[in-house]
Amino acid sequence: MSFLSLTEQDREQMLETIGVDSIDELFEQIPVGVRLGQALELEPALSEPELVVHLTELAARNIDTGREVSFLGAGIYDHYVPAVVDAVLARGEFLTAYTPYQPEMSQGVLQAIFEYQTAICELTGMDVSNASGYDGTTVAADACYLARQATGRSRVVLTEALNPQVRQVVKTYAPGFGLDVVELPHRDGTTDPDELRAAAGEAACVIFQQPNFFGCLEPAPDLAAAANDAGALSVAHVDPVSLGVLEAPGAYGCALAIGEGQSAGNYQSYGGPHYGFLAARSEFIRRMPGRISGETVDSEGKRGFVLTLQTREQHIRREKATSNITTNQTLLALAGFVHLSWLGPQGLRELGETCLALSRYAKERLSDAGLELVFPEKATFKEFAVRVGRPGKEAIRDARAAGIHPGYALGRDYAGLDDALLVAVTEKRTTAEIDSLVEVLAA
Amino acid sequence: MASTETYPDELRYHPEHDWARIEGDEATLGITWYAQDSLGELVHFEPPDSGATIAQDASYGEVESVKAVSDLITPLSGEVIEVNQKVVDAPETVNEDPYGEGWLVRIRLSDPAEAEALLDAAAYRHLLEDA
Amino acid sequence: MKLLYEKSRPGRRASSLPRPELPAAEVPEELRRASPPRLPEISEPELVRHFTALADRTFGVDTGFYPLGSCTMKHNPRVNERVVNLPGFRDLHPLQEEDASQGALELMWRLQEILAEIVGLPSVSLQPAAGSQGELTGLLLMRAYFADRGEGDQRREIVIPDTAHGTNPASVTMAGYKLVDVKTDPRGNVDVDDLRGKVGPQTAGLMLTNPSTLGLFDEGIEEITRIFHEAGALMYYDGANLNAICGISRPGDFGFDIVHFNLHKTFSQPHGGGGPGGGPIAVREGEAFRLDYERPKTIGKVRGFCGPFGVFVRSYAYIRSYGPALREMSEVAVLNANYLLARLKDTYEAPFDRLCMHEFVLSGRKLKREHGVTTLDVAKRLMDYGFHPPTIYFPLIVPEALMIEPTETEAKETLDAFADAMLAIAREAAGQPELLKEAPHVRPVKRLDEVRAAKQPVVRYRFEQHEDPQGAGEARQLEAQKGA
Repeated sequence: MSFLSLTEQDREQMLETIGVDSIDELFEQIPVGVRLGQALELEPALSEPELVVHLTELAARNIDTGREVSFLGAGIYDHYVPAVVDAVLARGEFLTAYTPYQPEMSQGVLQAIFEYQTAICELTGMDVSNASGYDGTTVAADACYLARQATGRSRVVLTEALNPQVRQVVKTYAPGFGLDVVELPHRDGTTDPDELRAAAGEAACVIFQQPNFFGCLEPAPDLAAAANDAGALSVAHVDPVSLGVLEAPGAYGCALAIGEGQSAGNYQSYGGPHYGFLAARSEFIRRMPGRISGETVDSEGKRGFVLTLQTREQHIRREKATSNITTNQTLLALAGFVHLSWLGPQGLRELGETCLALSRYAKERLSDAGLELVFPEKATFKEFAVRVGRPGKEAIRDARAAGIHPGYALGRDYAGLDDALLVAVTEKRTTAEIDSLVEVLAA
Repeated sequence: MASTETYPDELRYHPEHDWARIEGDEATLGITWYAQDSLGELVHFEPPDSGATIAQDASYGEVESVKAVSDLITPLSGEVIEVNQKVVDAPETVNEDPYGEGWLVRIRLSDPAEAEALLDAAAYRHLLEDA
Repeated sequence: MKLLYEKSRPGRRASSLPRPELPAAEVPEELRRASPPRLPEISEPELVRHFTALADRTFGVDTGFYPLGSCTMKHNPRVNERVVNLPGFRDLHPLQEEDASQGALELMWRLQEILAEIVGLPSVSLQPAAGSQGELTGLLLMRAYFADRGEGDQRREIVIPDTAHGTNPASVTMAGYKLVDVKTDPRGNVDVDDLRGKVGPQTAGLMLTNPSTLGLFDEGIEEITRIFHEAGALMYYDGANLNAICGISRPGDFGFDIVHFNLHKTFSQPHGGGGPGGGPIAVREGEAFRLDYERPKTIGKVRGFCGPFGVFVRSYAYIRSYGPALREMSEVAVLNANYLLARLKDTYEAPFDRLCMHEFVLSGRKLKREHGVTTLDVAKRLMDYGFHPPTIYFPLIVPEALMIEPTETEAKETLDAFADAMLAIAREAAGQPELLKEAPHVRPVKRLDEVRAAKQPVVRYRFEQHEDPQGAGEARQLEAQKGA
């Protein structure tokens, strides 16, 4: 199967116009010594029906959330994606357009990005958002780079309660940025503001997560204040669907707000593609990485949108750019914006309340059944950590035999938690499913 | 843009398209007609701080148009004594009047002898022809 | 066209959510949201119409010819969209147990093997999220490689040609390296004499796209490889232009040590208005480093989980559709480009007297000199003819540049229509230049003021300047009328 449109006759005519006898002549500029000289060793081509059979067979060997009740979270969540998201993303214009460098051809994409940027600013209480970053991990690296340029300092402080993958990615980028990374231990599931203040003395930024990786609610306003007191930029890594019930980082003094957008509008898709978001106070606008869509007018005074402040970006500023990012995650961010619009402020609040109510129900039922919460004194949002009285991996195996995935084995990332699971309860879970979870874990 | 192509004789020029008007132990700095024409309409001026020390041939700030960023290269070393706030507020002033209202900074010279290394108007025009 | 926020009306809503009958769980007061975010309040019908209208104002490959250079705007096969939405892929959690993800893992392994075969380098990582990230990952690998050999402090420089895409120097800075520029010679190859003086014990490596952004295969590639390897430096291949040489030549065979792919270019992942993409890398065996965080010499993770899995599904499906006939994909890409070059090079200026590969560069310099119209004007006028303009003002070494990449999926009639339009525009430039200067005429907006957008950035809807959503005011008026 191929996707070519030329006929044999076309090819002949074209070769004639070019003035060569064969296609091979077009490749004579490749030195003989570096030509492959044999066919690629690839399996034979599949026709479309055969291709579908093959991919279906591969997909069938994965246990997805349709086949197993899932309490698995740890950064990627089983939230409901409304049908309008699928409908919008199926439009070929959005699917197959490029980055909108020629604004008159791309007003639809540019306006959609502008609307998305507005939504992110509203959720996070910030003044400027970019068009998206790769995911919730790389936006943390972006925030560190911005903070370094803005403050001139070369240290970043990450809380231990920040998602382990986010910390890993920051540590990968840090040496190239000339940054050293300090991790601040959690205290019984949250972070101590006084310890943070002490650690942030020389820091360009402090990144904390709200709710944090354990699902616990951090004393976020105090953490932001502590970072600000120490002269470091306060950066909150937040869950977009929590922001109907949890306060916006901008409202409690943060300089930047970042996060993983997947919960708003994206399927889990084995980890990607999704979108990271990054928003900041207005004073940082010229340091923002990534695309920004801005409002303007055309030659007749009609409102329109363009990519703006492009001089920050790699295609102009090259080695002095605010980031090397080019292709980002526009389509996924568009999905996020469609979802948030579908929810509206009422729906977003209700979604948050439902997650809170269901996860509280789960916590209570598990406690009643004799299982110990790891951080019983701490308020949580949609996730919490519970001890299951045996290695987490074993509990997962047994629960899955009953058709339930009970959650993430925290022992992989944190000492002393080998017998603990991180249980995520989204609006898709029912009390009956939670009752079944309790049954398999308490057994 | 409003201005016509000129390179005033009383100024001294740097090959990176910057000019200096020397008055005793002080100088006023800016960018030439060629520079503003290449950049297009300026949208942003990032000046140095007042009091900063700048060194000959080094960058002391930036100007931006929609499609380009350019380092400002100082023809002479010295201490920044004034930044043209009018250009900060309305960068297009440089396009309209690059040698008058569009001046960028004033400096107190640390080594007036450096001026000998600069081009006069004729030499600068010659350099542009070869470009 | 109105923004969704301007269509918002208090109390309207599209969503419906399950509401379990449970006691509410309160958030501690100091952490509670004080006032709701001003998201649009909109019904589903209004929502669908809004996005339909936005789609109508967007031009994609599905709409028409989109010849952006080095972007490879080829047709995106629809069967890929069908398979990526299979629940076994779409609804699979990345932390699902291994025994329950065998289909996903096998797909990734097969894709790795395929990509290794295409470039001739055996060790592949699928993790990087886009080409730029692949570049950064490759540079970080170089850094770790030399640090491991005790040469880290000595080798601080990366050499990049003056035709390089802007991501290359940006990535160099992000990796903590220093940039060294090398010139291009009159045949469009890297100037080897200029190069020799710039490579030495201080060099970590080269970043090169081949064919280059000029659409030309570097005829001196064997010599370039020799220079870098003799200096103990590494060669990094930017895969943005891989569409030209699949099955014909392999960067691993012509001397490169690290390669990145752009799955959203050569391998048909749709561009999505700006992403997602995929930027896997392949490296030479031997001193290979791995991206698994738990391995001893790892540079660490660059992205969450395994990478953009949905992108892998599409690229894998695409390559399995071609099999070894992937070679034909590249042959036709090169044929289409040379055909357009042949049709246009007498009217526009072709800066290099050579056959091109999958793309080529023209200069609009003559039109500017003789008629005062710029490449920008030509680009805007092409819109009136129903085409997306090519890349303009890049690469930087060609004045008034137009960089054109048709790709292999275009029909000859489309290529002819584009060439005819370009020729017509050149004639208009001579006879009616104002048609170009005031273009576009038929798009939803006329030429947009980018200067204003940069000087007075407005980057979100300013609710504070639109205080009374018409709803409240209109409702009051209606009430007043009823009372009259």
